[in-house]
Amino acid sequence: MEPFTYARAGDVQDALKRFGERTALLAGGTELLNWMRLGIEHPAHIVDISRLQDLKGIESIPGGSGLRIGALATLNEVALHPRVANDFPALSEACLKAASAQLRNLASIGGNLLQRTRCPYFRSDEVLPCNRRVPGSGCAARHGINEKHAIFGWTDDCVAVQPSDPAIALSALEADIVIESPRGTRRVSAADFHTLPADDHGIRKHNVMDDDELITSIELPWAMPNSAYLKVRERESYEFAIASAAVGLELHGGVIRKARIALGSVAMRPWRLSGAERNLQGLAVASPDARRAIEQEFAAARALSNNAHKIAIARNAAWRALQLAAQRAEGGAA
Amino acid sequence: MAIPPTTDIAHVIELTLNVNGSAHRCVLDTRTTLLDALREHLHLTGTKKGCNFGECGACTVHLDGQRVNACMVLAAQADGRAITTIEGLSQGETLHPMQQAFIDCDAFQCGFCTPGQIMSAVCCVREGHTKSDADIREWMSGNLCRCSSYPQIVEAVKAGAGAPNGGQ
Repeated sequence: MEPFTYARAGDVQDALKRFGERTALLAGGTELLNWMRLGIEHPAHIVDISRLQDLKGIESIPGGSGLRIGALATLNEVALHPRVANDFPALSEACLKAASAQLRNLASIGGNLLQRTRCPYFRSDEVLPCNRRVPGSGCAARHGINEKHAIFGWTDDCVAVQPSDPAIALSALEADIVIESPRGTRRVSAADFHTLPADDHGIRKHNVMDDDELITSIELPWAMPNSAYLKVRERESYEFAIASAAVGLELHGGVIRKARIALGSVAMRPWRLSGAERNLQGLAVASPDARRAIEQEFAAARALSNNAHKIAIARNAAWRALQLAAQRAEGGAA
Repeated sequence: MAIPPTTDIAHVIELTLNVNGSAHRCVLDTRTTLLDALREHLHLTGTKKGCNFGECGACTVHLDGQRVNACMVLAAQADGRAITTIEGLSQGETLHPMQQAFIDCDAFQCGFCTPGQIMSAVCCVREGHTKSDADIREWMSGNLCRCSSYPQIVEAVKAGAGAPNGGQ
């Protein structure tokens, strides 16, 4: 780890003013400290925002069923908040299935969205071909260790996946990420927050954030009690997903009015099944037609040398999460 | 590994670590983690350095009453906050009920992960995550045991939770 200066921001505006060359904001620290240990980041200045009370609250948005979550709320605080547990179960489950109890007491929900890929070449402590680490150096995972890598949206330059669990739930719950900068406030849909390797943002970027921007909150526009998050992994706890699926559902008499489906750990961003979302409208939730609507989306999946199994796992995860959300819908109506 | 001394004032921070009820004034390299501050500067070596990447849980301590990985916190972030380590659990020669439960249940072999397991277990009980064996396993999953004493650890957490004062 290279030397750095340390300062605490007094408030959000103070934090924004302190942005400069080689300056990193420190929130939960569970990613930044490891990036510095691995040489992925080497800030000369650290601005600690972890004590900013303004960014910690979880509050209902007046005039509706929405919820605003401060960016510094920890994953455990988000997961166990009564309104999240009752009205946004997919988000509660996604938070609880992330990391460990100790890490969830440190990691913030805003920071969680900024986590980077777990690709072993990206996280290597020796220099290996990785276009995200060293532009132009190649992608060792393309024909190397790629069991956990992408089946959607990859290019020859990068086949990694975004590992966040909460991001997948937030995409299906149609959340907005609220971002502050010296230029003002802007909102980005959770579905559009992370970037794919082929996007204009450049391969080194993981998301749409500029270097002088700060996430202040996450807004869930309306309650989605009929939602679910399903995570498939090699062991039952404390492990990244092979694939995951988040579903938000509106159901009437067993027929789908609206479905939002996002897959996790299959691409560099939450992978929404937009075609299935359209085609599922009006179908009986447990019908063969509904199953086909989901399966059709996987015609576009492209396996790497060692991860063809992920296509079947992701497809089944999407279907199971849909049924899980449907059970909640029916349970709620009864 | 000791952090090399630095003479550059910009890279040094003066802070107070409140550990187990005692305030310690320290001058540290800004890079010093809470884990290294405890072990290398305050010589509280009960908190173990396993992976130093937030993966194994051996460095679990309580920060303002919540369990965290001390390797993932800069000492500067812990300035002025209440820190409890494994050395702070017992009352003199009387072990904390969870420490006693780990002995009674034979819940360790090599013992390296044990301080972290016990610190995590105390919070697991306090948080109410001991409703079933599965509940305990889920909420204790951030503490790895290479000797694989997991069945005995689950028994110890249950025994600690059932102690007269609820394992606290």
